[in-house]
Amino acid sequence: MLHTVVALVEDRPGVLNRVASLFRRRGFNIESLAVGTTHEDGISRMTIIVDGHEGIVDQVEKQLMKLVDVIKVEDLTQTEAVNRELALIKVRCTAANRREVLEIATVFRAQAVDLSPESVILQAVAQRDRVNGLLDNLRPYGVMELMRTGRVSMRRGTEVTAYGDQNGESEEMHRFHHESGRLPEGELPYVSD
Amino acid sequence: MTTTQRPPARSHQHAHEGAPPEAQGRVLSGADILLECLKHARATTVFGYPGGVVLPLYDRLPAHPEVRHILVRHEQGGGHAADAYARATGELGVALATSGPGATNLVTAVQNAMMDSVPVLFLTGNVARNLIGRDGFQEADATGILMPAVKHNYLVMRAQDLAPTFAEAIYLATTGRPGPVHIDIPKDVFLEEAEFRWPERVHVRGYQVPGAADEDEIRAAAEAIDAAERPIILAGHGIVISRASEELQAFAERAGIPVLTTLLGLGGLDQRHALSYGMMGMHGSYHANMAASNADVIIGLGMRMDDRALGRFADLNPDATVIHVDIDPAEHNKNIHTAFPIVGDVKETLPQLTAAVRRASHPEWVRWIDDLARAHAASLSVPEGPELTVQFVVQQIARAHADDDEDAIIVTGVGQHQMWAAQHMNISRPRQLITSGGLGTMGFEVPAALGAQVARPGASVWSICGDGGFQMTFQEIATMVDEQTPVKLAIMNNGYLGMVRQWQELFYKDNYVAVSMSQPDFIKIAEAYGIKGIRVDEPGQVDEAIREADAHPGPVLLDFRVTADDNVWPMVPAGAALSETVESADEVA
Ligand SMILES: Cc1ncc(C[n+]2csc(CCOP(=O)(O)OP(=O)(O)O)c2C)c(N)n1
Ligand SMILES: [Mg+2]
Repeated sequence: MLHTVVALVEDRPGVLNRVASLFRRRGFNIESLAVGTTHEDGISRMTIIVDGHEGIVDQVEKQLMKLVDVIKVEDLTQTEAVNRELALIKVRCTAANRREVLEIATVFRAQAVDLSPESVILQAVAQRDRVNGLLDNLRPYGVMELMRTGRVSMRRGTEVTAYGDQNGESEEMHRFHHESGRLPEGELPYVSD
Repeated sequence: MTTTQRPPARSHQHAHEGAPPEAQGRVLSGADILLECLKHARATTVFGYPGGVVLPLYDRLPAHPEVRHILVRHEQGGGHAADAYARATGELGVALATSGPGATNLVTAVQNAMMDSVPVLFLTGNVARNLIGRDGFQEADATGILMPAVKHNYLVMRAQDLAPTFAEAIYLATTGRPGPVHIDIPKDVFLEEAEFRWPERVHVRGYQVPGAADEDEIRAAAEAIDAAERPIILAGHGIVISRASEELQAFAERAGIPVLTTLLGLGGLDQRHALSYGMMGMHGSYHANMAASNADVIIGLGMRMDDRALGRFADLNPDATVIHVDIDPAEHNKNIHTAFPIVGDVKETLPQLTAAVRRASHPEWVRWIDDLARAHAASLSVPEGPELTVQFVVQQIARAHADDDEDAIIVTGVGQHQMWAAQHMNISRPRQLITSGGLGTMGFEVPAALGAQVARPGASVWSICGDGGFQMTFQEIATMVDEQTPVKLAIMNNGYLGMVRQWQELFYKDNYVAVSMSQPDFIKIAEAYGIKGIRVDEPGQVDEAIREADAHPGPVLLDFRVTADDNVWPMVPAGAALSETVESADEVA
């Protein structure tokens, strides 16, 4: 069974490495993993889709929590949540059959975001099943390229996935955690002989 | 959430409270900051090996005479020595290596500390910051390589981050379930200057240190214990780590429950205690394994339900109700279905359990185990006869030190000699046995003996060495000579990778492949290093050799020419259940 696990993690170099390494090493099966920033500085959020029975998912959560850079883990599988993924699908089509393809897109509430004489890119923001349905219908025309982000999930209503304590940190440590080791993109910021 | 509250009697607490360090606020080089950190944390014994990128640090060592640097002969040895230092004292061990090959030489030692939950700080230098990621000379991705082998690790990119990183690192290493933490430091960070600021408090929002357990969970478990007819305790390394021997004894006595230990749990309860039933597991005693297999309630305390201790998981007594107390929640239900998982430090949860259970005794159950123990004593006895056996040698070493004020510390390698040491040396105090459990690292025996002796200079340290394992790391004898550590290295010279030979005999139909070894003249090795060497061929020479070695003020190498083809019994064949414990080769199909 597929489980939706959400993790709040420190936004630090190596976090993704630690999480990926954990899944590889313990043989946990990741269906998808999506990472992004959150409204809080210094905290990223991962949505991980794991395949496995209850016992495995219990281990996944606990092993994730054991990583020092993981702050909070929640299984949203059984909760009321909004689950979405973004898919970009490049489909082969010409002026002759473009209308058909766009009709299919409409049915699945996907949008055309690029057109060329021989192709169209459709964008779907939907639950996995709807994306799969859309794909099934597009295949006969020729799917040239497909990119899916994997699921992101959020609880419905006012309940949030958050961690408890926010003020245990001294100012010094906060600054340290906030700044340490985070390299701006591009050039290495430090020069030495 | 994590706070700086930590269980009492743990090391390095002082580093987190009280007056700020003397150098607080001064502008120092990264190298000086690191050395100030070591001093402030009182982690002043460093097992290290120099190299290009750590030279700025070595350059500053003479300015900090409080820091004792011990020059090992191989980084793996430095890592094992720091590991044994930590096991012998419960305090943080520190190992230092250079970048590239220095760091990769540490890998075995890091994983060894990880598997056995030992608090060790591993420090490595790395190439300068502008060279990271460019495959320069002696660059290895030490942070990446060690990531899955540590509790946590850091790459420090600014001198100003060194002190907070260090404080956090030792906090992580020594609290909760202890473990190795690694800090990787680019060369130029040692040279960069920054204000030394030791943080007032360490707070890691993704890290919790469990203490006492939930009272409802305790009550529920206590009810199951009260209802038990055949309860058994499986005590692990956690009892030793948490200094919870008294708490264990009090609980076992109140509830009248026999206690078995894992290999690393040995010493958690005095073996002379009436409720002590020795070691369980692959080479545990027959009665211990049967007791675990026939109990109706199994209480695991500070142990991780490992396959070497428990045999085939699916058939470890499927009908028993399992209560599992561990500080690491990820150990619950990992290998064994657990009805009562309890998250907590055994030091605090055991008194809770003791208060919650009824006073009880289980005379019939205890008698059943006692009868088994008597009936099956033979397979665990020291063979008599004219031949020199490992069992006899280790027993005599233990007996020679039975009345010491401070127990002899027993260090072992991995293999048959390790199992015989565990069986016959009557390990009865916490931290008396220093052995590689989880990783089973041959070559641990020599550097670990060094580390144990440095940690406890007053103790007699006897290392029971395999002739195979000894040859993996014996270069550390040179370090022992430098440091004048009077370690006794007792080589069990059977001419074989004995444990592998045993498996080939029993499970591969006597097809001996790559297990017989030509040995060097070990006495000449002793001579080459300028230490005393004693050769022992017969049982009659053993006691005198032990006396002579103990009387000698320096390191001694003893070459015990033991029988070649003995097997360790009892044994749970690989993949078998504990209930399938066998006591002789005839029983192995
Ligand atoms: C580094 C390492 N390599 C290989 C092994 C596999 N192994 C386990 S026991 C053993 C034999 C050990 O031989 P020795 O040190 O002579 O001890 P003995 O069993 O003869 O007492 C081997 C090769 C190991 N545990 N560690
Ligand atoms: Mg051998």
